[in-house]
Amino acid sequence: MIEAFRWLIWREMTLALRRKAEVLTTMLFFVIVVSLFPLGIGPEIDTLREIAPGVLWVAALLASMLSLNRLFADDYIDGTLEQLIISSQPLALMVFGKILAHWFLTGLPLVLISPVLGMQLGMDVDSIIILMLTLLVGTPVLSLIGAVGAGLTLGVRGGGVLLSLLILPLYIPVLIFGSGAVESAQAGLGVEGHFSLLGAFFIGSLVLAPLGAAAALRISLD
Amino acid sequence: MIFFTKAFWLQVSSPKAFYPFAGKVIPFFMITALVLTVVGLYYGFVLAPPDYQQGDSYRIMFIHVPAAWMSMWIYIVMCVFAIIGMVWRTRLSDMMAGALAPTGAMFTFLALWTGALWGKPTWGTYWVWDARLTSELILLFLYFGFIALRAAIDDPQRAARASALLACVGVINVPIIYFSVKWWNTLHQGASVGLTQKATMADSMLTAMMVMAFAFWAYTFAVAFMRVRNEILEKEKNSAWVSETLTKTVEGKNEST
Amino acid sequence: MNLPEFLDMGHYAPYVWGSYGVVASFMLVEVILLMTKRRSLVKSIARLARLNRESKV
Repeated sequence: MIEAFRWLIWREMTLALRRKAEVLTTMLFFVIVVSLFPLGIGPEIDTLREIAPGVLWVAALLASMLSLNRLFADDYIDGTLEQLIISSQPLALMVFGKILAHWFLTGLPLVLISPVLGMQLGMDVDSIIILMLTLLVGTPVLSLIGAVGAGLTLGVRGGGVLLSLLILPLYIPVLIFGSGAVESAQAGLGVEGHFSLLGAFFIGSLVLAPLGAAAALRISLD
Repeated sequence: MIFFTKAFWLQVSSPKAFYPFAGKVIPFFMITALVLTVVGLYYGFVLAPPDYQQGDSYRIMFIHVPAAWMSMWIYIVMCVFAIIGMVWRTRLSDMMAGALAPTGAMFTFLALWTGALWGKPTWGTYWVWDARLTSELILLFLYFGFIALRAAIDDPQRAARASALLACVGVINVPIIYFSVKWWNTLHQGASVGLTQKATMADSMLTAMMVMAFAFWAYTFAVAFMRVRNEILEKEKNSAWVSETLTKTVEGKNEST
Repeated sequence: MNLPEFLDMGHYAPYVWGSYGVVASFMLVEVILLMTKRRSLVKSIARLARLNRESKV
């Protein structure tokens, strides 16, 4: 079982690294969307600093969501997904492996590039650190919840937009506490409450989402 | 009462048996809804006095609150039917879940609409980002997602099961979303000025609301049953029992006229 | 309360009747849509049955 898990991760990374462009697009989208806001709202650094937590989190949300289509689509087309389902390995574990690799390639880059964007929007160092931490805990949750949606909409007409409609309402609590933590940090207040909840979302989705996604895949492929 | 026997429900759970049963029951629900509405509105407009602070505008409450209740209850009942359909593989349960969704979405929209029209005279603005209205808006998106997913999948079995899973995921999230938004709202105090209104509820007001809630429930059953009957007709249009039932009805009508 | 006062709803008439009006309309439209759909389904099934009978003869 561990062997299969490790093999899966290795496979995901190898395939992804062969198509580096796809991996980079998520990060680029994040950067571009964040850059749009000063252009749309004006370069007043105080205004930007004020909206920064929300803007950065919403952009991360959207970037995360856009990348979800890639999670199962390729394996669905070439039949690998069916093999995974039929195999004797627990599907939830295999799905978790895919999600983990997916997050590594699409979520983690967002965390890593966020300081640059934070500085662009005039945030101070302490807030940027909190921002990175919230994204570090939050983006996996986005990948996990998103996987359930991706599983449900496999091969469906208008899949991408439909996926957004399904997933975005479920992202809202993560958004609220993620950007809330950063705002709190900017105001010099405590962030423990926010992080406890983000942590709770993390653990909850870690346990439940792979099961839900596995069930979704079974529904979509039977 | 025959409705409390398991045998009755087992018998009625096939589309073929449900169709005539529903047909007989729908008028009963509709009339109940109308009667309850008249009673409820009588309590609300004739017996209940004007509010100390809000004058007569508060009377919107008699449809706003029941609509909001319905939006949440229907979602839960929808989930229950979806789960029954998934676990016991009963097509009728799937159909009921699908039939409830549009009505649930409608009540959610109506809750938002009446809430906005109540908010304007009360708080001076049509929309406030308070916990309840915002959560209600998100609930509307959840309904749309459910309906959209169902519509987008061609295979009816896959559509039913996928939307059932989505509904379950949603139902777990609704309390989380509500709590999150409530917390977020208390933090941004600026938006919540004047929201804590102490509803000094006279008995007549409470009665009006409860009666209207029951009226809406009767209406929902009637409409959901109508929708299920339509879906049964559509799915089974080629089967013999459908054409037999319909010709019998037509002949019956012709004989009586 | 007499009728003009009742309709005025303490100057809140547009809000109160706007709410009740929309709610009533939506519910009415929902029922009408369902009845229309049923009628068209019944018609198409009758047509289908007739075609089947004719083709068998």
